[in-house]
Amino acid sequence: MANVDYKELKKGGFMKQVDKDRFSLRLRMVGGQITSEQLAKVNEIAQEYGAGYIHLTARQSIEIPFIRLQDIDTVKEELARAGLQPGACGPRVRTITACQGCTICPSGLINTTELAKEFDERYYARELPHKFKLGITGCRNNCLKAEENDIGVKGGMMPAWEGSQCIYCGLCEAVCPTKAIQVKKAEEKLIFNEQDCIYCGKCVKACPTSAWIGKSGFIVYFGGLFGNRIAIGRQLLPIIFSKEKLHEIIEITLAFFEEYGRPGERFGNTLDRVGWDLLKNRLVGLLD
Amino acid sequence: MSRLTGNSFVDITDVVCPMTFVKAKIAIEELGEGEILEIKMNEGEPILNVPRSFKEEGHKVLDVVNNEDGTFTVFVEKGK
Repeated sequence: MANVDYKELKKGGFMKQVDKDRFSLRLRMVGGQITSEQLAKVNEIAQEYGAGYIHLTARQSIEIPFIRLQDIDTVKEELARAGLQPGACGPRVRTITACQGCTICPSGLINTTELAKEFDERYYARELPHKFKLGITGCRNNCLKAEENDIGVKGGMMPAWEGSQCIYCGLCEAVCPTKAIQVKKAEEKLIFNEQDCIYCGKCVKACPTSAWIGKSGFIVYFGGLFGNRIAIGRQLLPIIFSKEKLHEIIEITLAFFEEYGRPGERFGNTLDRVGWDLLKNRLVGLLD
Repeated sequence: MSRLTGNSFVDITDVVCPMTFVKAKIAIEELGEGEILEIKMNEGEPILNVPRSFKEEGHKVLDVVNNEDGTFTVFVEKGK
């Protein structure tokens, strides 16, 4: 087997194993979801071409270890029959991760699954100076750990109070984690200190009369790292409400990384080197 | 003190999630439509989730009293 292009194989999701001529095959997955039919195909491949087991990756993908070099093309064809593809590795946008979001989780504030599919379509496997991770979490509970990604998105909710619906029960005051709400029952008054609001949406979710109306939005974190170096992604912009704006922010950020990142340099390290304001100044121009 | 009086009272401060809602749900099932259940619960997770679960099941929170001792008393009207 002459001239095996390992880099090309890795790019296509086949990671060289310790064992000679064996590869761990990573799958392209979105938001940690796979259909039962696809799962059956994965099972079949693991049994026929692998070692009868799979590995769940740290970022919501599946790897099938022990694929032989000579079986790679056959395995790709088998995957394609179930609408599956090998995943991306190397210096490019990696698996888009997401929690289950508002369509499944009662705490969810945004549709993370739908957004993950959009991210996958638009950004997956895009070539960059180094690996680049995008993750989406539905709310402040942060099950998906937005801040550990190169770009992390967190669902938020801007509440607005409609006095005519309010019965002054005081539940919103009881659930607000920052005490931004004060309910004066006797006077039938409510004080909302918007500057203290952290967009958690708890008042909206709790309100028994829908006196609190919420507007869903996205809080974006940049430059998170959770590998050799650990750094918490930083929020550079206020909450945004438009999905198109969110995509513009991501496009600008990826272009920025392409322009300033050195080969093999993670995005957070690039930002430390060139200055965070350089990115921030480009992004604030987008906001109204 | 609340302006309301419950038809029945249940203390769920002695249980943790998911038993908090289960215990409260069993208590409200004893009541008739429009009757009020008074529930004493802890701050934190119970106050966040128990009233919300009642809302999702068609009942209505009428009043919440902060007992200033780490507990709340919540008045819930039974729905249909």
